[in-house]
Amino acid sequence: MSARKVGVLRFPGTNCDRDVWQAIEMSGGQPEWLWHADLFDPSAYARLILPGGFSYGDYLRSGALAARAKAMQSVREAAERGVPVLGICNGFQILTEAKLLPGALIKNESLRFNDDWVGLRMRNSCRYFASQVASQVASQARSAHVMRLPIAHADGRYYAEDDELKRLEDNGQIWLTYEKNPNGSIADIAGVMNASGNVAALMPHPERAMADWMGGHDGLSFFMHGE
Amino acid sequence: MKIGVKVMPRKEVLDTQGRAVENTLREHGQKLNQCTVGRYLVLDLPDEEVEAAMSRVRAMAETVLYNPLIETFELERL
Repeated sequence: MSARKVGVLRFPGTNCDRDVWQAIEMSGGQPEWLWHADLFDPSAYARLILPGGFSYGDYLRSGALAARAKAMQSVREAAERGVPVLGICNGFQILTEAKLLPGALIKNESLRFNDDWVGLRMRNSCRYFASQVASQVASQARSAHVMRLPIAHADGRYYAEDDELKRLEDNGQIWLTYEKNPNGSIADIAGVMNASGNVAALMPHPERAMADWMGGHDGLSFFMHGE
Repeated sequence: MKIGVKVMPRKEVLDTQGRAVENTLREHGQKLNQCTVGRYLVLDLPDEEVEAAMSRVRAMAETVLYNPLIETFELERL
């Protein structure tokens, strides 16, 4: 397995796949498409990315149908073996629906589709994604460091029950929080990790912030290999 | 046999859609305490026994039809 091989999942309605592909290439990785209806070898990829979009038209619940697609069995196996998995926007919704991440993403408090740039703080660092940011910024300063990324979602309000939220806090599974909460997310949460830290997801779109001409390059660190 | 599945948001979860509909109704002069928005699914099954059909639909609900974190569901024979 090439250490640079990154599997990019595609479901009907995924629409940020080309952007993610390009972001991986810009960061020196070798992207490869993975089709929703096929199983794949869970040990063949150094990382997996579930891009944003509107898989299955957001029917039933955002991410619900994609979470039950065949390819997700392989994603689950890969995640269990410790392969780093990143979910972006709809990818985050799919990972919570697949129960690979805790909580749920529900309709924005405003009921509006939210398209904007937001400031984010890194509450806990993830070993595999954007870890360069964490190593550059000392741990005391990390929560003060703000990165800017675009958001574009209608179902971005993170929800977890009180005891689940406490568990996330205690285990350091809250990855990113909004500087200014755009959607009513509980505890300003923009991104979380699983208990072992290899599955992580965020609502903002790092692949849309890869160069200054795009409005900023804070997304770069999410696609670079941390180790 | 047709079985109806009523999926409703759990009380702990803020039902933003319900609130929006509620506000519009109030703006139209309607008096109401609350409006809750859920969804209704109708499943047409080949089963002849009600019990068998109900338990299959319950399994379907667990598989995909509702998310226990944010929703509850009820079944009814149609």
